[in-house]
Amino acid sequence: MLLGPALLVSAVLFALGVAGVLLRRNAIVIFMCVELMLNAVNLTFVALAQRLGVAGQVFVFFVMAVAAAEAAVGLAIILAIYRHRQTLNLQNINLLKG
Amino acid sequence: MIIFWAFAGLAIGSAVFCITRRSPVASALWLVGTLFSLAALFVVLDAQFIAVLQVLVYAGAIMVLFLFVIMLLNLGRQAATDIKGPLGLAVGVALAGVLGFQLGVLRVAGPPAAILLPPDAMARAAAEQGMVGSVARPLFDAYLVPFEITSVLLLAAIVGAVVLAKRRL
Repeated sequence: MLLGPALLVSAVLFALGVAGVLLRRNAIVIFMCVELMLNAVNLTFVALAQRLGVAGQVFVFFVMAVAAAEAAVGLAIILAIYRHRQTLNLQNINLLKG
Repeated sequence: MIIFWAFAGLAIGSAVFCITRRSPVASALWLVGTLFSLAALFVVLDAQFIAVLQVLVYAGAIMVLFLFVIMLLNLGRQAATDIKGPLGLAVGVALAGVLGFQLGVLRVAGPPAAILLPPDAMARAAAEQGMVGSVARPLFDAYLVPFEITSVLLLAAIVGAVVLAKRRL
């Protein structure tokens, strides 16, 4: 019933997240776009759980736990980078560039 | 159905604003709008417990953490836009468009009709075992080991965040 539309919305949201990661240069905005992609996948899980059993909703729970851990560690890394370089613009963070 | 499309439009519109606003604070607030709309979509899709978790954990805790870091680093006022130049913009939009098209095609394929449950299966399970019970039973039964491993993951994340963010241990 709503499975097709929900998967379409999820695809659009995921593509928007990818576009954000590719377009922005601010590390923290890129991080927020990654969260947007995780949420698009959550929507897919919930939409499929409606027709394939409740395991999909359990997986959303695990995705949320991983996202929370990722946010905590990622923001700590961003804080450490900012402390070293005084910037979050990824163009200026090119230590690994050959 | 109307509710679904209204909140779907709201989610997509907020996401577009989220990736185009210049200020990180505005981006974060538009992302909160997207997360709230997604919670409403979860309710429409018979996942009320997940919707509550979405509001509490994502829109509440995680986004507050983001806003906290943005304010801590004083990123509210950026000098110029941080969106890439014309070439990067074109390439990024094209790649994202191709990916969105590919994912959109998958929706037509979908799972085979033979393994699909009836459309009201989830609502009926919620009525029988309760909204939380229908999710909690498999979580503490079939997925008990992953659930316990999640606690180790969260502990590792806490320790890692403290080690990374602290200047001197």
